[in-house]
Amino acid sequence: MQRQGEFGMKSFKSLALLGLATVSSMGSMTATAAEDLTVYSYRQAFLVEPILEKFTQDTGINVNVVFAKDGIAERIAREGRLSPADVVLTSDFSRLMELVEKDLVVDVNSDTLNNNIPEQYRSPENDWYALTMRVRNVYSSKDRVGKLDLSYEDLASEEYRGKICTRSFKHPYNIALVASMIAHHGEAETKTWLEGVKANLARKPQGNDRAQVKAVKEGLCDIAIGNSYYFGKMMSDPKQKSWAEAVYINFPNQQNRGSHINVSGMALAKFAPNKDNAIKLMEFLSSDVAQKSYAEVNMEYPVKADVKPSEMVASWGDFKADSLPIFKLAENHQAAVKLLDEVKFDL
Amino acid sequence: MILGLTRSWSLAGYAIAVILILPLFALLVQATFPDEAVFSHLIDTVLPTYISNSLLLMLQVCLGSLVIAVPAAWLVARCDFPARRYFQWALLLPLAMPAYIVAYVYTDMLDYAGPVQRMLRQVFGWTSPQDYYFPDIRTLTGAAIMLSLVLFPYIYLLARTAFMEQSSSLLHASRIMGCSPWQSFWRLGLPMARPALAVGMALVAMETAADFATVSYFAVPTLTTAVYDTWLGYGSLSAAAKLSAIMLLVIFAMVGFERFARRKQELFQKQSRLTESDRYHLKGVKAWVSFSYCSLLIVLAFLLPFMVLAGYAIDYFDESWNSRFWQYSFNSLYIAAVVSFICVVLALLMMFIRRVSPRKSDILPSRLSSTGYAIPGTVLAIGVLVPLTYLDFAINDVYDYFDARGPGLLFTGSVFALIFAFCVRFVAISIGSIENSYKRISPSLDMASITMGQKPRQLLWRVHLPLLRKGIFAGALLVFIESMKELPAALLLRPIGFENLATHVFQFVSDEQLEHGALAAIVIVIVGLIPLIYLNRSLEQES
Amino acid sequence: MSTLTIQNVKSDYQGQVILKGLNLTLEQGEIVALLGPSGCGKTTLLRAIAGLQAISEGSIAINGQSLSADGVFVPSENRGIGMIFQDYALFPHLTVSDNILFGVKDLTAKERSERLEDMLQLVKLEGLGKRYPHELSGGQQQRVSIARALAYQPELLLLDEPFSNIDSQVRSEMMLEIRQILKQRNVSAVFVTHSKDEAFVFADKLALFKEGGIVQHGLAEELYAEPIERYVAEFLGEGNYLTVTVKSPTQVSSVLGLIESTKTLNLALNSQGELLLRPQQIDLQPASQGHGEIVERRFLGTICHYWVKVGLQTLEVRSQLTALKLGQKVNLSISAHPLVIF
Repeated sequence: MQRQGEFGMKSFKSLALLGLATVSSMGSMTATAAEDLTVYSYRQAFLVEPILEKFTQDTGINVNVVFAKDGIAERIAREGRLSPADVVLTSDFSRLMELVEKDLVVDVNSDTLNNNIPEQYRSPENDWYALTMRVRNVYSSKDRVGKLDLSYEDLASEEYRGKICTRSFKHPYNIALVASMIAHHGEAETKTWLEGVKANLARKPQGNDRAQVKAVKEGLCDIAIGNSYYFGKMMSDPKQKSWAEAVYINFPNQQNRGSHINVSGMALAKFAPNKDNAIKLMEFLSSDVAQKSYAEVNMEYPVKADVKPSEMVASWGDFKADSLPIFKLAENHQAAVKLLDEVKFDL
Repeated sequence: MILGLTRSWSLAGYAIAVILILPLFALLVQATFPDEAVFSHLIDTVLPTYISNSLLLMLQVCLGSLVIAVPAAWLVARCDFPARRYFQWALLLPLAMPAYIVAYVYTDMLDYAGPVQRMLRQVFGWTSPQDYYFPDIRTLTGAAIMLSLVLFPYIYLLARTAFMEQSSSLLHASRIMGCSPWQSFWRLGLPMARPALAVGMALVAMETAADFATVSYFAVPTLTTAVYDTWLGYGSLSAAAKLSAIMLLVIFAMVGFERFARRKQELFQKQSRLTESDRYHLKGVKAWVSFSYCSLLIVLAFLLPFMVLAGYAIDYFDESWNSRFWQYSFNSLYIAAVVSFICVVLALLMMFIRRVSPRKSDILPSRLSSTGYAIPGTVLAIGVLVPLTYLDFAINDVYDYFDARGPGLLFTGSVFALIFAFCVRFVAISIGSIENSYKRISPSLDMASITMGQKPRQLLWRVHLPLLRKGIFAGALLVFIESMKELPAALLLRPIGFENLATHVFQFVSDEQLEHGALAAIVIVIVGLIPLIYLNRSLEQES
Repeated sequence: MSTLTIQNVKSDYQGQVILKGLNLTLEQGEIVALLGPSGCGKTTLLRAIAGLQAISEGSIAINGQSLSADGVFVPSENRGIGMIFQDYALFPHLTVSDNILFGVKDLTAKERSERLEDMLQLVKLEGLGKRYPHELSGGQQQRVSIARALAYQPELLLLDEPFSNIDSQVRSEMMLEIRQILKQRNVSAVFVTHSKDEAFVFADKLALFKEGGIVQHGLAEELYAEPIERYVAEFLGEGNYLTVTVKSPTQVSSVLGLIESTKTLNLALNSQGELLLRPQQIDLQPASQGHGEIVERRFLGTICHYWVKVGLQTLEVRSQLTALKLGQKVNLSISAHPLVIF
């Protein structure tokens, strides 16, 4: 044979070069400086960026915030010790619990944090902290139902047959609600309750919380389940204002244990490359100024006791919150998911 | 054939193929890992529903597309009526429309709060949903209709070609023997087009299985969404891999069916073509019914959703026209360009080796690499992440061993994973395109070049490359567009914080605020229209 | 020294034997035609010479240098062989000039343009260098492919059914033209065809193929006049086969009477055989008492083709007598010639 290694070095070298160029150009698209903080956020970037900018101004520490709707815990788990994440911001409690269960976060021993955030809104082990809270409200049609003083338990009553709209119960907000029901009533009773609620649905669970209020406005149903801040968000959107104006916002279980509370929160990533700065950021987020504005942009209630909610949020009235410690919800999370599968709530 | 082709060429081909099927292999390995009873819990509860939903959806979409596409294909291929020449390419327009966008637009229009029901309520004085019956669009059947509307062109295109290639002498014979046009359709046209229809249906079924966005928006849980939920919700990669394996079983059955049907199809294809005079010239009512049918299809599946989208885009233009929009567009274009370049280079290498190699087994690399197209994006994502994660850690371990600071997540933390997955999924398109072009190059050109002293590399560079130009371009273009549209793999594999047009649009769809993402959606649709210009030209040349 | 030496070449493909031990030599400047029906292995041999097909045994050498043999395989691109294809294989993306210069290496720009001009002139395509192949007629394309194959001065030219796509009216003219070009340059060539007429016109020697082997090899006239078996005789032209009995070393008897041979027959006395008689080797004389009768005729211009019934046999005869009618009685006679008896 006269031709040896025809495809040989030259072609391979040029291919390899091309490959290298591609990989490095890809790397540069997401590169960050080594000392910067990286925040993985379930909350959309525009909600948290103003506060983080303030932090950068105060401390000179740059913060890169990256948003994902799903799968942050899964990703941090996969990234393991190589994960660039320092702090994780979550939009609800179940996401915090997921991080804890997968052993992806580490405890913070900060007096500042422990002083700023009340005990029932943080982990007994100090490995997560709530930042804001919101109520799982029940909205009712102004025209057809009026203001209600009901309980979550009432949602299963025959009175509301074919009148309730909700998003998927597999959504973390609803799973947390189911978990609180299990905490108060046990699994068997909760399963009966879920079957009752399912029977009362006006339509298959779909859409988000706003879509349920819209459906009430259109007359598809009378009752909608939704978080408190959506009411504020709709009120400030010119197109959606009419939806919000068609309903009353009701705080359930005021006669007994109080309304179910969910929280957004933060945690320190186990393999955070910059732990010290990360803790500084967490402390900053628990400060008065950050609490005020973080709660305000999303129309939530600050967890720090002496920080007042925004005027609009305050205007919905005072309410009694369920005193169940937030971490108790975690114990019932898996049970809640399994119950939902068993009664095929969404199907 | 080059008898003296060195083994290094063949090895290169196999190396490419091994890399491209690695995800499939990794997925199957991952599926054997324990999953802490998540999978058995799924079997006990929702898995049967997921499976039956998936199968029902595929069945309904196949039938729906068939019923829509066959009459249109027959009319365009065999009859003449007003605007037929425009319809023959315009019927392909829906291919450019992502199904979830059509779904969103129709949901907006048809649900309780939408303009249609509102108008009905006003006209008839109904006040509540209890007063009348209106079908719910957010159902399995609704999803099937939406998917049929955008997928029917696959069947249309194949059926049209099949109808046109049926020998005119057969048609004449049937006419002489007294068949009416209607009878000759049922007794001759349709049976002879059966293999082509089967190929089309297999493609439609595969696309349906891969759909994530539409069913997720309609809250119809299928195996595809189950893979996503199991992975991210239950956090069990192994259970998700097991679900994926089930799905692949269904899909590869479909691939086998498609291959079988294709071979049949070749048997039925004849050289002689229809001439203009063989068409039925439709007049009067028949002409108008045909015209209206085709127009209606185009309006429902393309024009109407497009106009709604354009309306949204104009209303929310100021809000959408910002630096983020440019960033996402750049990301989409960048990824698509890199992917199409890589796919074409790999396909060209593999097809060249397959063409000139004297070793029969060298057909394998291109065959194996083509299987990637059948793997749905959600499933593929798992298959890509498993080996890349392993690789990332291995690299960092090496650095650690030398006490150096590792490069971090080189593959899974960058767009590499995304690009890799897209290449696995779309290399089949460029292979197909280049394969077709190769068929038109006479083998004696190869012999002529090598007898004139050209080395294999020179043959590729001086003869094949210039002659394959069109095929390469078409392949690159198709890969480019698929990369712009592909959603589930992008959702799962993008580096955290990375958005492209598709993920950006889908986020707004799932937040029920497509209005804000309409501008990006329009860009996806318009880029998807480009190949139709080329298709149009080749269709014109055919007739 | 001979240009091409093929010894005992065997080839099989997927267990099926295609070539079963071929020998062939070609002198410098000679044109040999590989002739045979399709599937007889002639194209396989051509490709084996070009290095496009593997051989399982034997050897192929050019000018004494081994190309294919045990443990030796010179790849096609290093064999210095020119090849002309049935479909011409012109590169559609290159102009005539670029096609012609495709295989030309190691020349200065000036030499290249000289070579190009030389070639264009040789194939009478001056001024068409800027055209693309699809802008040329079939004959012109053929000539470009010849120019391309000769431009890099190969040791040997292979032609694979090069005339089958040319109109029959211009085919023989074309063949003569190209033959002249090859002769002018003293090019050795191997030419594959299934048409004896093409082989007669174009080649110096014929190698007749049968089922993967060469039956007979030699000058065209030799094969025609002295075929070694009936297959060869039939392939090269029509013939009658008359049962004869050998009466003496130079005489046989038949229904037509005694026939003289001008060459000694190597057959036993009184042995029987089949005598090959070409239609033009039989003479016709009209005779009212003749032992033959014309049962069919076909007028061919200067001659007429007759079917003559003699006893139980019908013989084909070509005669300059064109006026004989059906039913005419005739006498048949055969002048003395070297008889071919199988």
